[in-house]
Amino acid sequence: MLPVRALPAVHSLRNLRARWVTSLLTTGGMALVVFVFAAIRMIGAGIEATLVATGEADNLFIISDGAETEVQSTLARDQASIILARPDVARDEAGRLLASRELVVLIALPQRDGARPANVTLRGMEAPGRTLRPRVRLLAGRWFNPGAAEVVTGRSIAARFDGAGLGESLRFAGREWRVTGVVDGGGTAFDSEVWGDLDAFMQAWRREAYSLTLMRLATSGAEASFRRALATDPRLRIDVQSEAEFYARQSRAVRLFFDVLGWVLSLVFSLAAIIGAMLTMYASVAARTAEVGTLRAIGFRRAAIFLSFLVESLVLGSIGGVVGVLAAALLGFVSVSTLNWQTFSEISFRLTLTPEIATSAILFALVMGLLGGALPALRAARLDILAALRAS
Amino acid sequence: MGLLARLLLRNLLRHRLRTLLTGLGIVIAVLAFGLLRSLVDAFHAGADAASATRLITRNAVSLTVGLPIAHRDRIRQIPGVTRVGMARWFGGVYVDGRRFFPQFAIDPANYLSLYPEFELSAAHYAAFLRDRNCAIVGRQLAARFGWSLGDTIPLKGTFYPGEWRFRLCGVFRGATPVADEGQMFLHFSLLNERLRQENHPRKDQVGVYVVGIEDASRVASIAMLIDSQFRNSRAETLTETERAFHLSFLEMASIIMLVIEGVSWVVLLVVLIVMANALAMTVRERRSEYATLKALGFGPRHLVALIAGESLLLATTAGALGCVLLLPVAARVGLAVQDFLPVLTVHPQTLLQGMLAAVGVGCIAVVWPIWYVLRVPVTAALRRSD
Amino acid sequence: MSGAAEPETPVLAVNAGKSAAPMVRLAAVSKSYWRGGEQLTVLNNLSLEVAAGDFIALMGPSGSGKSTLLNLVAGIDRADTGQVEVAGVDLATLDEGALADWRAANVGFIFQFYNLLPVLSALENVELPLLLTRLHADARRMRARQVLGLVGLADRLDHRPGELSGGQQQRVAIARAVVADPRLIVADEPTGDLDRAAGAEVLALLGRLNEGLGTTILMVTHDQHAARAARRVLTLDKGVLVDSAGG
Repeated sequence: MLPVRALPAVHSLRNLRARWVTSLLTTGGMALVVFVFAAIRMIGAGIEATLVATGEADNLFIISDGAETEVQSTLARDQASIILARPDVARDEAGRLLASRELVVLIALPQRDGARPANVTLRGMEAPGRTLRPRVRLLAGRWFNPGAAEVVTGRSIAARFDGAGLGESLRFAGREWRVTGVVDGGGTAFDSEVWGDLDAFMQAWRREAYSLTLMRLATSGAEASFRRALATDPRLRIDVQSEAEFYARQSRAVRLFFDVLGWVLSLVFSLAAIIGAMLTMYASVAARTAEVGTLRAIGFRRAAIFLSFLVESLVLGSIGGVVGVLAAALLGFVSVSTLNWQTFSEISFRLTLTPEIATSAILFALVMGLLGGALPALRAARLDILAALRAS
Repeated sequence: MGLLARLLLRNLLRHRLRTLLTGLGIVIAVLAFGLLRSLVDAFHAGADAASATRLITRNAVSLTVGLPIAHRDRIRQIPGVTRVGMARWFGGVYVDGRRFFPQFAIDPANYLSLYPEFELSAAHYAAFLRDRNCAIVGRQLAARFGWSLGDTIPLKGTFYPGEWRFRLCGVFRGATPVADEGQMFLHFSLLNERLRQENHPRKDQVGVYVVGIEDASRVASIAMLIDSQFRNSRAETLTETERAFHLSFLEMASIIMLVIEGVSWVVLLVVLIVMANALAMTVRERRSEYATLKALGFGPRHLVALIAGESLLLATTAGALGCVLLLPVAARVGLAVQDFLPVLTVHPQTLLQGMLAAVGVGCIAVVWPIWYVLRVPVTAALRRSD
Repeated sequence: MSGAAEPETPVLAVNAGKSAAPMVRLAAVSKSYWRGGEQLTVLNNLSLEVAAGDFIALMGPSGSGKSTLLNLVAGIDRADTGQVEVAGVDLATLDEGALADWRAANVGFIFQFYNLLPVLSALENVELPLLLTRLHADARRMRARQVLGLVGLADRLDHRPGELSGGQQQRVAIARAVVADPRLIVADEPTGDLDRAAGAEVLALLGRLNEGLGTTILMVTHDQHAARAARRVLTLDKGVLVDSAGG
């Protein structure tokens, strides 16, 4: 006979199947914990994915110094003029500046389902603003005309808000605005915005200052020197960053919040699941004491016994992990709207199962299995051969 | 104690480790459940603290759009209005930008007299009024940063660019446990003057007006009266009670509430599974004992009492322990999250809910074991137990 | 019918009055089980009478139906056809609950593996059946103590089953079986798990019960020594009685 060291893993699997009700309940508990862990972090990741996708890396985003959101920023007309007068601002084929001065206003709009009004971001822009955001495509209708009381709505807004659909009209700033088109933001925050013409918006809101300027440089890589030049201009009190960087920052607090919430809750909840695994594994050891005695008598070492029970528990954990992650993956089909309390505006996003979340969720489950199985496996390994044999 | 009660108790203590672990699971679940409920309550604390007789008037467009300073006199002239205070979100960032606390620019005399729950000594109040570079903070906020009177508080503006420095002239305390001691007040006139000097687009703008009224029963009609004053003007208003105003904030953060409420049930479900599993293992191991009792003539009534009694005794004991531990644990957690949630208290009904949850878990977990034991044939007693 | 041919058994004075009818009467009883898709006839049209105060050893190879017969008489299993009458009661007429009450009042059980509750002391185990009587707590305890004295365990009252030897445990089980004064005791291999000496002690105890109290005993055993303690030996094979002889 061959020298046998470890028990085959099949042995552990068969034991799990023999007590399938208990195994099922134990994995069920772990799966629930993993589900909570993944689902909560998916909220943060979903918001982040939406906002990170929103910013283009090549675009420069200019707001007033110290402002953290578009709404906080005020950029006076003369300041914007100074910036756009610089020679290194890019131009399109027609020779127009590739820059858009924009006004961002938050307004509360009534929702279709009768829920309380929610905050929606309104963005007044110049024509190049559309060129600078190539991911936003017109789904239906046409773009707004310059100077007209016309807007286009993001598809999430069009679906959820009263009067935001194609051909309908929204009322704000003391007048009616026709919705001439619906745009697809391609999973970006622009799905949750209303766009109109800058001049029409400035007039309607009687604003003297813009919120921001979005622009591109003629030569890529010149960003640093451009920034330096603006920073040293005493007339300007502004903040220059890439659009991608700005939007990524918008999600940072939210992402962190959900990550911490997910970890803290899951750690607490996992204690209960680990207890469940421990109970199951202790019962398994107790029920198979005689078997352990027999295995030891025919020459298996303590380590083999320990490993066999540990594998059993790890299998429980990994099944729980996979089931939990699969259930969480189903949440990826759910689209949610919430307030991004960093910017105070509504944002629609899809819960996103990132590979990082999936991996950490499965690892989490394995650690639960490991912690739940270690002590019982140790007890099994330390059983006295003679006592164990007598236990039949 | 009766013999059956003794049997029940000894059965419970038979597998010490199993009972201990299951009980621990319930304690953890009740703790987590109670904490999560208390967190939701803490989110609501702002609304609870809010008066139903103070009105908040804001721009109908959204909170981020201000109201002209000229509205103040027109609101004050409305019959039934006793006093009008102004407040404006300052939104400064302290030192490294990582630590957040709310700051409001107010007109001290009017605003503070509308909020008697912020108690400020006469000396501190006088000092605050005397110097426009002064600020006052809540007791909790002062403790958090270790500020004492006379300290300078540097803030970097977000809405209002530049460095701002305030001198701490007073510390107020909340007269009620829900009053927020985590905020800072500064002079509106100082802020507005500087905005005027810079010709800032946001000069002469007020965030919200706080309106005190004479007769609490007329809240609704006065609110409508205010809004009708400004209908079709350049800045239409939306007036509601302070409580409604706070609730509208909560609604915006509803996904967090949803998540927390949801997971507070999940933890119960997890521990329900754990306990059901433990009980199922237990009754299976005692199969022949229950069969023996049946053979001796004990009926379903006795068996159910034995099994359910064991489960409920464990669940209620552990549940009660969880409730007792909840108070100190919530106090610790409250300290940790006071930056975001100044008021974390455990309400009596939360304790009751936790207890009910534990009993519920004990009841549901025992359903399958009872069904199993009632089905055990008496002849099982004759075979070797295992 | 075998019952008709049974020899007259000595009946104790205390029991003489109420022994007109047989304690156990089985008439044309059949019982079969389904096992692995196959019908297995365990008892085949079996008839039997046991007089009050008798002590019967049921023998036979395993699978002969002796345990099933015991279960039917004890009221923990039901016949497919035929009649099972114990102490004048047709067991088929009792529902599940009534049968449990009937068992509590009429039958004492002795199991091969004692089946004592491990968390209860010897005294508490014996007291257990008395919970189903109208006795007060004090009376219950006194009675249990008395019976434990009778089986020679007066000094082991507070021991848990785990602290007793096999023979002692079986004596506690016997005490539990007789404490509520049943008319019939069923014993399933009562010596099967005991060594010779302990077994002999248990058998002697059963004999004394039978003779002293007149309790009817039905005992399944495959041990010739044990069978010798009985007044009568019945042998079953393939579900029918093959012979009967006086003990």
